[in-house]
Amino acid sequence: MSSYFPDSEMKTESPVSGVSRRDFLKFCTIMTATMGLPAGMVEKVMAAVENPKRPPVIWLHFQECTGCTESLLRATHPTVEHLVLDIISLDYSETLCAAAGHQVEEALHASVEANKGNFILVVEGSIPTADNGIYCKIGGKTAMEILKDIGPKAAACVAIGSCASWGGVQSAYPNPTGATGVSELLKEVPVINLPGCPASPYNILSTILYYLTLKKLPALDGEGRPVFAYGRLIHENCERRPHFDNGRFAEEFGDEGHRQGYCLYKLGCKGPETHANCPSILFGDVGSNAWPVGTGHPCFGCAEKGVGFHKPIHEQAAVYTVAPPATYPDFDEPKGKGIGVGAALVVGAAAGAAVAGGLKFSKVLKESDNSEEKKN
Amino acid sequence: MENLQPLGGKIWTKPFKVLTLLAVIGGIFIAKRFIFGIGSVTNLSDGYPWGLWIVFDVVTSTALACGGYAMAMLVYIFNKQEYHPLVRSALVASIFGYTLAGLAIFIDVGRYWQLYNVFIPPYLNVNSVMFEVASCIALYVLIMWIELSPAWFKQRYGKVPGWLNKIMFFIIAIGVLLPTMHQASLGGLMIAMGEKLSPLWQTQFIPALFLITAITLGYAMVVFESIFSANQFGRPVEMKMLSKLSRFIPFLTIAFLVLRFGVIAFNGDLGLIFRFDLAALMFVIETVLFVFPVVILWKPENRQKINNLFRAAVFFVIAGVLYRFDTFIIVFNPGHGYRYFPAFQEIMITVGIIALEIMLYMIFVKRLPIFPQVKHA
Repeated sequence: MSSYFPDSEMKTESPVSGVSRRDFLKFCTIMTATMGLPAGMVEKVMAAVENPKRPPVIWLHFQECTGCTESLLRATHPTVEHLVLDIISLDYSETLCAAAGHQVEEALHASVEANKGNFILVVEGSIPTADNGIYCKIGGKTAMEILKDIGPKAAACVAIGSCASWGGVQSAYPNPTGATGVSELLKEVPVINLPGCPASPYNILSTILYYLTLKKLPALDGEGRPVFAYGRLIHENCERRPHFDNGRFAEEFGDEGHRQGYCLYKLGCKGPETHANCPSILFGDVGSNAWPVGTGHPCFGCAEKGVGFHKPIHEQAAVYTVAPPATYPDFDEPKGKGIGVGAALVVGAAAGAAVAGGLKFSKVLKESDNSEEKKN
Repeated sequence: MENLQPLGGKIWTKPFKVLTLLAVIGGIFIAKRFIFGIGSVTNLSDGYPWGLWIVFDVVTSTALACGGYAMAMLVYIFNKQEYHPLVRSALVASIFGYTLAGLAIFIDVGRYWQLYNVFIPPYLNVNSVMFEVASCIALYVLIMWIELSPAWFKQRYGKVPGWLNKIMFFIIAIGVLLPTMHQASLGGLMIAMGEKLSPLWQTQFIPALFLITAITLGYAMVVFESIFSANQFGRPVEMKMLSKLSRFIPFLTIAFLVLRFGVIAFNGDLGLIFRFDLAALMFVIETVLFVFPVVILWKPENRQKINNLFRAAVFFVIAGVLYRFDTFIIVFNPGHGYRYFPAFQEIMITVGIIALEIMLYMIFVKRLPIFPQVKHA
């Protein structure tokens, strides 16, 4: 690590301009931890971040609300936004581009041709497929056409947010636009799904840094989601899990259990069927409890296909792990009673009878002993 | 081999009627327990999941029923054939003590319908003391019924089948081995309770202490039962045998006291006796009760008097029972404000089981060849 600290002073400018060395180190450490890499990898992550050869990133927006971009830009530590814009070469992003119109269209196509097979494609938003995809057009071309044109030329594609991952809110019944996730349409290159509404900004930062550091894609599950972020159910790491296991539930909003912070399962929490790392990394960098369940609202399963926007918010979740039993033992168990009247009478009578009987019997035996002695 | 014969006589006597009444009351409460659950008849709690039923019906009652085991060990292992006439009556008393302990388990265990799983081979947890106790006691009950079966064969067919006689030595050997194991394990159960038990009881030697007192309780109960039943059934007391047998009681008791005090002293906990709390008080009472039989039976001439034998046996039985109650309930303190005293209905179930035990004993000795024939002069 010493090479990162110039002899004279600690607070030098890092290769990434505008970020103090301290913040830079902090950022890399957080990222390494989020990726589930050992602490020794921090140095490698830093080296990757400092690499002047920045990978080009093309960020396409389709049917979406830009929430994922917003959360990436705002909800993170302010310096991270600079860092992200500096470590990658964001060649095209409708939200962030200064240019507009045909000018930016040209820039997009120039970048795609120049970096063919090397750039990372980030897709935000679902692709409408009904009626030949006429519900979303950019520069006269439908989203389907754009994806079909640019998608195969990328090195890999990151589908950020639930919309790009599996259709999101637009795919909710009756799905008039035929909204579809990227992985359904783009088969030529690997697609990494980062569902969530919005997707946790740390998950996309971690995915990109993972790729830069190790030059490969992170391990994915069957749904194309990085295992490091989506390998576990929310239920498994939930801070309210002990309440679930002990049968302490909020029965309705604002009741005693709700105010006590009990489990929200009965209010429809989808934690038991939603895979995401929300309880571990939270949202918005504002400290503990900053995530839906932490604020007292049941998880509504935004990240899980077939759950978020599909199941009613207050419908009880399917529990894949341990199902809660129908009844629970009281957690305020009776401590037991002292001696009762009936019990005292029985014990007293039995003891008295035993003593009296024993003494009488002993007397009988004594007499028989005496008579034996007399006989002898 | 001496002549054994049924005592005969009326079954439906006045004491038998009283016992029947108690057994019926107990039976009603047992039915209530099975309909409304354990909580409806007991004072058991999370802090005291083991109450009167386990401590008396199982732990104490099987120890009191060690007469058969103690006598079998003496007669067949140490080859003291002169005590043989006492074996069968001791065995009958043991059989009911153990069989009804098994019944009591069914009443006490919350999910009794799962109980059979203890014996399903893939589920055997061979590292569990509880498994050791459960399997040992179950097997021993079976063994004892086989040991007693010649009495029934003799009565029913006039002779004992040859194959039974051939395997009997093996059955008897197992029958001595099993109680040695589980009577020690019953004490071993409490090692798991850690600091919930005062160090005056909680030592690594609890199994040995339980085993020694169980064997001694066996002899004390044989003396007690012989004198009592001789009196009740109008038979002469086997004085010679009993006075010889009773000398084991002081020796075993001294061994027990030496081991117990030695371990406590070695652990540096003797000072706890002078703390004047409940544990110290109970410890002193126990020790005094254990010393009584030693004092009474120490001199050989004292052992010639039937009253001394009876008093010593009674004191040792009280001491041995109190030792078990102290270990499991009275001195056992789970903390967190838990209290326990058995409920009225809980006690009546135990009383009912004891009544049933005595009734069955009375039927058996009157109808089967259990006691030796009285030689008329």
